[in-house]
Amino acid sequence: MSELLKVPTMAEFMAQGKQPEVLFWVGCAGSFDDRAKKITKAFVKLLNKAKVEFAVLGTEESCTGDPAKRAGNEFLFQMQAMTNIEVLNAYEVKKIVTACPHCFNTIKNEYPGLGGNYEVMHHTQFLKTLLDDGRLTVEGGEFKGKRITFHDPCYLGRANNVYEAPRDLIRKLEAELVEMKNCKQTGLCCGAGGAQMFKEPEKGNKDVNVERTEQALEVKPDIIAAGCPFCNTMMTDGVKAKEKEADVVIMDIAELIANAQDL
Amino acid sequence: MNYLPNILFVILLVLGIGYFSKNVQKLIRNIKLGHDVNVSDNKSQRWKNMAMIALGQSKMVRRPIAGFLHIVVYVGFIIINIEVLEIIIDGIFGTHRIGLSILPEVIYGFLIGSFEVLAVLVFIAVIIFWIRRNIIKLARFWKSEMTSWPKNDGNFILYFEMVLMTLFLVMNATDTHFQSINTGNIISQYIAPWFSGLSESALHTVERTAWWFHIIGILVFLNYLYFSKHLHILLAFPNTFYGKLTPKGQFNNLEAVTKEVKMMMDPNVDPFAAPAEGTENEMPAKFGASDVHDLNWVQLLNAYTCTECGRCTSECPANQTGKKLSPRKIMMDTRDRLEEVGKNIDANKGTFKEDGKQLLDNYITREELWACTSCNACVEACPVSIDPLSIIMDMRRYLVMEQSAAPTELNNMMTNIENNGAPWPFNQMDRLNWKND
Ligand code: SF4
Ligand code: SF4
Repeated sequence: MSELLKVPTMAEFMAQGKQPEVLFWVGCAGSFDDRAKKITKAFVKLLNKAKVEFAVLGTEESCTGDPAKRAGNEFLFQMQAMTNIEVLNAYEVKKIVTACPHCFNTIKNEYPGLGGNYEVMHHTQFLKTLLDDGRLTVEGGEFKGKRITFHDPCYLGRANNVYEAPRDLIRKLEAELVEMKNCKQTGLCCGAGGAQMFKEPEKGNKDVNVERTEQALEVKPDIIAAGCPFCNTMMTDGVKAKEKEADVVIMDIAELIANAQDL
Repeated sequence: MNYLPNILFVILLVLGIGYFSKNVQKLIRNIKLGHDVNVSDNKSQRWKNMAMIALGQSKMVRRPIAGFLHIVVYVGFIIINIEVLEIIIDGIFGTHRIGLSILPEVIYGFLIGSFEVLAVLVFIAVIIFWIRRNIIKLARFWKSEMTSWPKNDGNFILYFEMVLMTLFLVMNATDTHFQSINTGNIISQYIAPWFSGLSESALHTVERTAWWFHIIGILVFLNYLYFSKHLHILLAFPNTFYGKLTPKGQFNNLEAVTKEVKMMMDPNVDPFAAPAEGTENEMPAKFGASDVHDLNWVQLLNAYTCTECGRCTSECPANQTGKKLSPRKIMMDTRDRLEEVGKNIDANKGTFKEDGKQLLDNYITREELWACTSCNACVEACPVSIDPLSIIMDMRRYLVMEQSAAPTELNNMMTNIENNGAPWPFNQMDRLNWKND
């Protein structure tokens, strides 16, 4: 199936003297992490299906610098940011979509001050516009009537006040959207943010992802929906720690929509 | 005529207000120890935030029980204090219930009547607050940073309110003239019979005593503020005004770093060139914060505004899972250190004398700083727009950029980003391989 994926690069567009409609910023997790790569592909399938003229930077993409900045290394962050901005500006990029809330937040909020001004969308927001514009249609398919709970990524929700786009998409699947006791503004972190993903947690009595997974399991979902590759990993590990892999799956919103379409 | 009470009253008033303003000056000086930050933008949004969050208590009601009770105390407190105006005029000019002689009886009665009702409501709310703190022992009031002083402070204020409300009602109940005109004594008419055995002059003494203690109590309360978490009743207003307006996920870009990175990346810059005219004596910028004067003044204002309510800490994922980090403690530590620095300046005739201490390590440990997930739950939870995360971030910046003291795994992550543009050891040239997997 993968040979069907059309993933043009900015360089190719440039060579043809064309501009894509949107740049898909894949991100480090989306490029290298085995689980996240599946999300990347699901999203690309949807873009292909909706005939969106998009491009990726490919080997010209580099880490946004988010984990360095949250770890306190402003130098490294700004080096990454300025290098990326140089590339993006050279391609005259106007609009960016990404499936990673960390990339989303960094490019949207922290790049403008360094000379990078783009319209930035999270992939759930972008998918919603595709549906609203009728470029993509979705029916419940295999998810009809399933209990789905959405785990708000901190960098999408609280950080940028995007709560509804992912939920609207879940409702479109004719699924039963169930909310955890902590959701939206009070959503509990998965434990990965602020560069925690890359280190062992400090001493405590529990791991954050286990706590969050317990909250999710309380509402007895069939599926825990995520909108961030890091949350996805943390929640998957949490479900494993609770030995519930047989009952609950963790899926990205893009995967839900793509699967509902049998893509 | 005997002017002694008037003189005594004026002296008390001047002392009370004088000492308070002295402490306010100190407060402002301490806040200004922080470096400057531009918060002059978007005034209209700022006024709106202040009106909604401080005046309108919009964030308090996110926790409905505490929110409702707090509004009762807050509204009661403000409205009943109108009465203080009358007390002050009476005290200075030796009049008695001046309001009765300038306002129509019904209006005066209506005012005092509402004060009395509010006083009872405040009293009840305060008792419930006390029960929540001391009998139900709500977890957020019993965390490890709630050591003796913060815990007592919370209770003192509640006792204060109880005593002030009682004095107000007793003062009305024992005022025979006020009771005789029978307007506005909605509550106090039921208290008056308790004193029915007393002679006219004894009643008068009780009334005068309650009156004096009421105004003295208020002056003491005013001066207690500076030493208490209760400072928030004043500072919540500027603090919500200067609160963050940009998206919560947006962390500031350090300008000093931008300059250096631009130089490094610009092929036309000669790294060995002499520094530009006038910049030789410039201190090299210190990156991040290890002590209070490395923070900006809004962060220091935050510290004085903190009500120690612990809403931030109870939402914090790190704290919920038993880590040492508590965003409330970050704010309390910042305030304690700032006070220490302020006292140091007072003791050394206006200049700070190095005391071998700092906010980092002496107050806030590295373990706390590294436990933060930067999830913004604390910022979202705070009812007075405090941003504990910004202080955590500034201190991490100091640790990483000035001390190279990040945890090893984070150093590995950063080396990877530096070398191959990803936090993991993958080659940048393989970035598109997923396409063909
Ligand atoms: S941002 Fe940090 S301190 Fe604040 S709630 Fe999240 S983990 Fe706790
Ligand atoms: S920072 Fe805000 S939420 Fe936290 S204790 Fe202080 S006032 Fe309460």
